[in-house]
Amino acid sequence: MLEIKNLNVTVEEKKILKNLNLNIGKGEVHAIMGPNGSGKSTIAHTLAGKPNYNVESGEVNLNGEDLLSKDPYERSLNGLFLAFQYPIELPGVTNASYLKQIVNAHRKSRKETPIDAGEFLQILKEKSKLLDIPMDMHSRFVNAGFSGGEKKKNEVLQMDLLNPSLIIMDETDSGLDVDALKTTAEAINKLRNDERSFIIITHYLRLLEYIEPDYVHVFQNGSVIETGDKTLASRIDQEGYS
Amino acid sequence: MNKVSKDNFTQEKYKYGFVTEIESEKIPKGLNEDVIKLISKKKNEPEWMLEWRLSAFKRLENMSVPKWAKAEIDEIDFQDLYYYSSPKDFKEKPKSLDEVDPKLLETYEKLGIPLKEQKVLAGVAVDAVFDSVSVATTFKEKLNEIGVIFCPISEAIQKHPELVKKYIGSVIPVTDHFYATLNSAVFSDGSFVYIPKGVKCPMELSTYFRINASETGQFERTLIIADEGSYVSYLEGCTAPMRDENQLHAANVELVALDDAEIKYSTVQNWYPGDEDGKGGIYNFVTKRGLCKGKNSKISWTQIETGSAITWKYPSCILRGDNSTGEFYSVAITNNYQQADTGTKMIHLGKNTKSRIISKGISAGKSSNTYRGLVSFHKKAKNAKNFTQCDSLLVGSECKANTIPLTENSSNSSSIEHEATTSKISDEQLFYCMQRGLDAEEAQSLIVNGFCKEVLQKLPMEFAVEAQKLVSISLEGSVG
Repeated sequence: MLEIKNLNVTVEEKKILKNLNLNIGKGEVHAIMGPNGSGKSTIAHTLAGKPNYNVESGEVNLNGEDLLSKDPYERSLNGLFLAFQYPIELPGVTNASYLKQIVNAHRKSRKETPIDAGEFLQILKEKSKLLDIPMDMHSRFVNAGFSGGEKKKNEVLQMDLLNPSLIIMDETDSGLDVDALKTTAEAINKLRNDERSFIIITHYLRLLEYIEPDYVHVFQNGSVIETGDKTLASRIDQEGYS
Repeated sequence: MNKVSKDNFTQEKYKYGFVTEIESEKIPKGLNEDVIKLISKKKNEPEWMLEWRLSAFKRLENMSVPKWAKAEIDEIDFQDLYYYSSPKDFKEKPKSLDEVDPKLLETYEKLGIPLKEQKVLAGVAVDAVFDSVSVATTFKEKLNEIGVIFCPISEAIQKHPELVKKYIGSVIPVTDHFYATLNSAVFSDGSFVYIPKGVKCPMELSTYFRINASETGQFERTLIIADEGSYVSYLEGCTAPMRDENQLHAANVELVALDDAEIKYSTVQNWYPGDEDGKGGIYNFVTKRGLCKGKNSKISWTQIETGSAITWKYPSCILRGDNSTGEFYSVAITNNYQQADTGTKMIHLGKNTKSRIISKGISAGKSSNTYRGLVSFHKKAKNAKNFTQCDSLLVGSECKANTIPLTENSSNSSSIEHEATTSKISDEQLFYCMQRGLDAEEAQSLIVNGFCKEVLQKLPMEFAVEAQKLVSISLEGSVG
């Protein structure tokens, strides 16, 4: 469902991704590991279409369509979801109204009417419960003053609400304590199905102990140097990257 | 990325830019005694009112236009303007809506202000002012039953001369400054409100100002008096057709709150702002001032300023009564070549007086947006307090924002707190929202509405949603 071919990306004139190739099939979970500066986050941002991530050459197809020619919001509406490593604060915008608005943007692109307020509240309650999110968090401003854990849970909640086909998680485990990690991972596992694919970017084994990947890729210097199954992650955890 | 099709916006952008094809009757161009006498005659004014106008005009002859504002402005030829324009054959205000020209009713309907009884907004009484005359006032009788007077000021001059005489010019002196004095000489219509002792006005009162005729200035005058222990919430809205010329709007608004009275005054200002190249648009030079005359009185100004080529406007409070409170909540948005210089003055005269200023300036395009404020504590203003917060948000890199807060303090026991921030909508915020499926315009509008939420919430509920949309529309075309 996702094909990355010979992708070269520069950021601020620095070459970060070099001839990257990666294929991700439907329903597969791929983990990307690698040392700092190896290009892990760059692949996430490039796929989501972040400005200033310049694609020099290469191709990316998502569900058979050229991804790179699309605006970031179109990529989202086409099913790509990026869970941010550092979720952004939106002062003055309450979480509930923000969540409702993004849900409605997706409904609109499917030519559906905006969601009924009562129905939305019901869905929000159910999904928040799965993540141990108290409802009063939704009357606070988006991510503003949220703890690290609250921010990450809010990302997973959005992923659940938008029903994406490709989820990219950029170090979702960072900033989570053991309990929060467990709750979050369980919620993510519930989102796994035959149609939905995941790219999980992480430094550590611990998240992958909860969410078992089908493949593990090791990044170094902007390309994949090794691919294996989940045992590769354990080996790296013990032996390091070198 | 951020492909924003400009053509789509220009059409939607200013949807109030239409002209009503209605024959108008104008007093010949020019500013002189004869014109003032004619205006007064058209309004059937008593002698004292004409004299008041003429004394203002005498003063005006020795005054010149103010030059201090941070705005570039073409010189106005005051002799080349019409000072009075009304729909033709409009001798007297129609007694009932059935007698109002259907074209006028249609105009207000198009503006979202239906006047016919069966369609009116529930809980909102409207006075509709078209160029220089009030064409209809709704719920007048119903308000009359509880003693609330809500009528065009021209009518109040005839029917309630004792109130008008007592209060007109009592807050904004005839000699205040050029445009206020000009207004005193040539004012045409506007609203008059009197809330009797102890009455909480049960509905929102509002005036909708529409400029239609070309080369015509609008000089409205509004006077609101809240007697002891009363309360009123009043809202004004304004729009004008799209024209290449600059049109002048110079209004005077005076508020008087007696003991324990409260006036909440809200404005949604959406005069034509000019086109993308800065051509045309309204010059909006307005004097608004409230007097907290009585003890424990309160005056609160809320304004959403999105329109006009140039706005100069400083809704102010004179806190004379002990324990009185003044508030100013403002969102000013400028786009393209618009210039806004707006803020407030809080003049603390009485003991334990309090004031609060929340100003949110948003500049986009090549526009310029200035907050200018004065907080002044006089000697007798023991224990007076002020809180001021001025936040500026920049959209793009070609716009300007300035904050000029002045303070004068002659009281030892008073306190001023001031906070100011300037921020830009960050690319990170836009990208985050877009990653969740909002296009660039939607993302920006979400962030901007968040930025000014604190002020938007102060608007009467009936208008808050409309104001939110207006905030978004005003910034269309400014991303990408």
